Amino acid sequence: MSAQPLAESLVQSVDWLAVAPPTIAAAVGLVVLVADLFLPEARKAVLGWISVAGLAAAALMLLPLLDGDRSTFCVNGATRACSYTADHFTLVIQYLVLGGALLAALLSVTNLKDDERRVPPGEFWFLLLSSAAGAALLPASRDLATLIVALEVASLPAFALVGIRHGDKRSSEAALKFFLSSVTATAVSLMGISFVYASTGTLYLTQVAQRLAHVDSQLHTLAQTGVVLTLIGFAFKTAAVPFHFWVPDTYVGAPLPVAAYLSVVGKAVGFSGLILVTVVAFPSYADVWGPALAALAALTMTVGNVGALRQEATRAYSAVRLLAWSSVGQAGYLLVPIAAAGYAKDPQKAIGSTVAYALMYAAVNLGAFTVAALVGRNRTLNRISDYRGLYTTNPLAALLLAFFLLCLAGLPPGIIGLFAKVTVFSAAVDAGLGWLAVVMAVNVVIALFYYLQWTALLFRAPEGETARHRVPAPLTAALALTGVLGVALSGAPQLVLRFAATGLF
Amino acid sequence: MIDINESVMQFLLAFVVVGPLLGAVAALLPAPPGLKGKSPEQAVLRHGVTVTGAILIAAIALALGFDHAHPSKMQATTDISWIPALDVRIHLGIDGISLPLLVLTALLTFLCALYSYFKPPAGGSPKAFVALLLLLESGTLATFAVLDLLLFFLAFEMVLIPMYFLIARWGGEGRTRAAWKFILFTLLGSVVMLLGLLLIGIKAGTFDMVALATDNGRSLTSSVQVIAVLAIGIGLAVKAPMWPLHSWLPDAHTAAPTVGSVLLAGVLLKMGTYGFVRILLPIAPHGFHTFAPYLAAFAVVGIIYGSLACLALAKRGAKGDLKRLIAYSSVGHMGFVLLGIATMTPTGVNGALFANIAHGLITGLLFFLVGALKDRTGTSDLDTLAEETGAALYGKAPRLGGLLAFGAVASLGLPGLAGFWGEMLALFGAFKPAADLSRPAFLTFMAIGAFGTLLTAAYMLIVVRRVCMGGVEQEAPKLADVHGYEFAAWTPLVALTVLAGLWPRALLGLTDPAVHQLLAGGTR
Repeated sequence: MSAQPLAESLVQSVDWLAVAPPTIAAAVGLVVLVADLFLPEARKAVLGWISVAGLAAAALMLLPLLDGDRSTFCVNGATRACSYTADHFTLVIQYLVLGGALLAALLSVTNLKDDERRVPPGEFWFLLLSSAAGAALLPASRDLATLIVALEVASLPAFALVGIRHGDKRSSEAALKFFLSSVTATAVSLMGISFVYASTGTLYLTQVAQRLAHVDSQLHTLAQTGVVLTLIGFAFKTAAVPFHFWVPDTYVGAPLPVAAYLSVVGKAVGFSGLILVTVVAFPSYADVWGPALAALAALTMTVGNVGALRQEATRAYSAVRLLAWSSVGQAGYLLVPIAAAGYAKDPQKAIGSTVAYALMYAAVNLGAFTVAALVGRNRTLNRISDYRGLYTTNPLAALLLAFFLLCLAGLPPGIIGLFAKVTVFSAAVDAGLGWLAVVMAVNVVIALFYYLQWTALLFRAPEGETARHRVPAPLTAALALTGVLGVALSGAPQLVLRFAATGLF
Repeated sequence: MIDINESVMQFLLAFVVVGPLLGAVAALLPAPPGLKGKSPEQAVLRHGVTVTGAILIAAIALALGFDHAHPSKMQATTDISWIPALDVRIHLGIDGISLPLLVLTALLTFLCALYSYFKPPAGGSPKAFVALLLLLESGTLATFAVLDLLLFFLAFEMVLIPMYFLIARWGGEGRTRAAWKFILFTLLGSVVMLLGLLLIGIKAGTFDMVALATDNGRSLTSSVQVIAVLAIGIGLAVKAPMWPLHSWLPDAHTAAPTVGSVLLAGVLLKMGTYGFVRILLPIAPHGFHTFAPYLAAFAVVGIIYGSLACLALAKRGAKGDLKRLIAYSSVGHMGFVLLGIATMTPTGVNGALFANIAHGLITGLLFFLVGALKDRTGTSDLDTLAEETGAALYGKAPRLGGLLAFGAVASLGLPGLAGFWGEMLALFGAFKPAADLSRPAFLTFMAIGAFGTLLTAAYMLIVVRRVCMGGVEQEAPKLADVHGYEFAAWTPLVALTVLAGLWPRALLGLTDPAVHQLLAGGTR
């Protein structure tokens, strides 16, 4: 009788159902790596479908968790604290991450087939799945150590993915750039966490939140420095200015599906981490990170949109470059509600706006990347001018790309894009951040210019010969998925916007 | 007038808003068997006529079924929750203020579709043209029918993309620049407007226009009202357009295809002034009160500025473009509308609403006529047209010349035609503005505005003299006179201009009770 409680306290019972989504992704990653050794060269394509199925299974495992009341790896002290919590916030972000990875995987199936010689499939799928596993773990982590581990699990494979093309100088250079800047940011972040630990004596986010409020006045500066340094690492992941310079080169250097993956999943990792540390761990320092994030948001959207505006349509890879810069601009909009949470009485609602916007952004941005992948198969330079007259060769893809771009711009018929922007605006106005709302308003106008320019090009008369190409099945599936999602959300925006009205934690 | 079941009325209004949207999607699909027509182009243009015709019939049925004894009451209302998270409701309804605009929009779009059926615009494919036209119609009709602030914003934005493409694809010289100027100006305005709408919605706790209007600004502090009116006012003023935010308008009008100009002047500009009346006056009266004198001042500057610009364009040797001239005259006419609204009196606001409709009819007609003239002569440049003595339209194409002269005198506000009442009432309103507005200031505005009518008469008569009169040379080529389809498209406009001029009560009887209600504390 007496041995049982002892054993219970030593050997934790793990709620396997709760941790299933990231675990499945990681396990399938290992399976793929091992299977790669035994599969003959001709049948490597199976690996891709195993990975797609694995990601789909991981996403499906979110369904039994929908109640959002599970947590595991807990310590039962005076206050209960858990390292892994599957609440609604976690589930939404995991759904976003796994869904984004699934779509990126669909794009990769075609991409690997076209690029057979240069990309080793086994390694590619293993890296993609491990990165997805890390990204799915991150929103669930509720202590600083797990958080940083998850961040690294999500990032390290991404460096390798960027540089995975054999014999591509641009690819390896991009990977190195990405790696060096990212590692620096993580180091800074780690130092911040150590400061926070030193001043509070705990790593659990909820406990950090309680103890930071009553930090010894001598340790005040230490704690403050710790807070700021921790944020820097996550700001880097969201590609906030001034940590954005790696984005364009990395996106252009990486295989296109990897760029799509980074633009959505990489961002999700960054901002969910940022939400966790700001709102959950450091609420008492809202007067520090609130203004800092507001300034960061204003800078990020302005620099990103101006960068996108300066892209010349005829330059090589300008389409991907434009999407890269626009993703920097969009990151700025994503930051606005987080900054507003620093001012608002009800930070949960503001956070919900970020989540709703991110879901919209993920669907339509992946859609835009899918069309870019489609066009890039025949026009390897992927210039914006290559999209001229897409409507005559592939009307459906052109209409969808136009729809996605207008969603990103936030104009009807992209209704979901419009209302997602409205929630972000309303979070800013609600928090009294009028100046930020005005900066964002100007940015929306700047952004419209390049999105609409691209859209208009799709419907112009094509130059030169036009040939219809067959669209491969995985790309069709990805296009259908994002298209249906975008149109459905436009009809019923409540599906994602409800997160902006209710608390997620 | 006739008794129509309430649920049928609801359906009609919903159909008027959603019908064109479905029609736009259908236009992109291949024609079903049996409706293929002579060619795909002809089939899709006919589809456009059919859909806009059905919408017009529905709008007329709405007008007939409208309870004319209670025009201040919201009728045919639908109220369904759409996005609970943002408190956005699909709240539709019409009263005496929105009904005339709704019918005007449906009418003008139908006439445009009819005109395009016989004279397909040069440029891109008719398929896209019809789809964009229907999308545009849906957006404008929705603007006049919705009663939710965020839905109003959505409808307001919905017209941008179709209008951009109509100008950029089917327009004339300098269309790319003009289209960009149009969309960037309006978007900047409307995003700022969104901030104001959000501010009102968040502070008052609802986005419902009826609830907000009934509240009459009581739950909004005056600083909130001032900021909100400033933000929303800028957005609406860009659209209206108010001097000095008008500079996109002349370019857009000059470059747009005939149909685009007609809709831009006839309908799109009204969205701005309608917003002033529907949103700002009842929802934030204190804030509006603060800005009313400034609005009136800008409005009269617009009147004078528009007229002077027209005079300059009409001068011999100025290389003035007729389309540009009518665009500038729109700036002047919308100045009267804004002046009427700024008086905050029933007389002024009624005048503004009347002038709105009159301007839609008359300027729509004028753009049709100038478009037809440009098609025949290949130019809308006044100097090229008039040469030394005058274009002599009376001699070359007497009916066209007569219609143009009719449009011009209607536009200058000849008593007995539609243009007269609105401007006179707006000036009357300025003679005795709302009790706590500075009367001397408004008297000055009235005097300047009245002087503006003289200038308007001057340039319009110059245009008539230079275009319609002149000697006909013997060997001069005859111009084709008005075609049958042109008669069909223009007669309704002419008839309504005369009708509204002779029987203003038909319109004022609708707007007046609704305006009284609005100024006194919202709609019921």
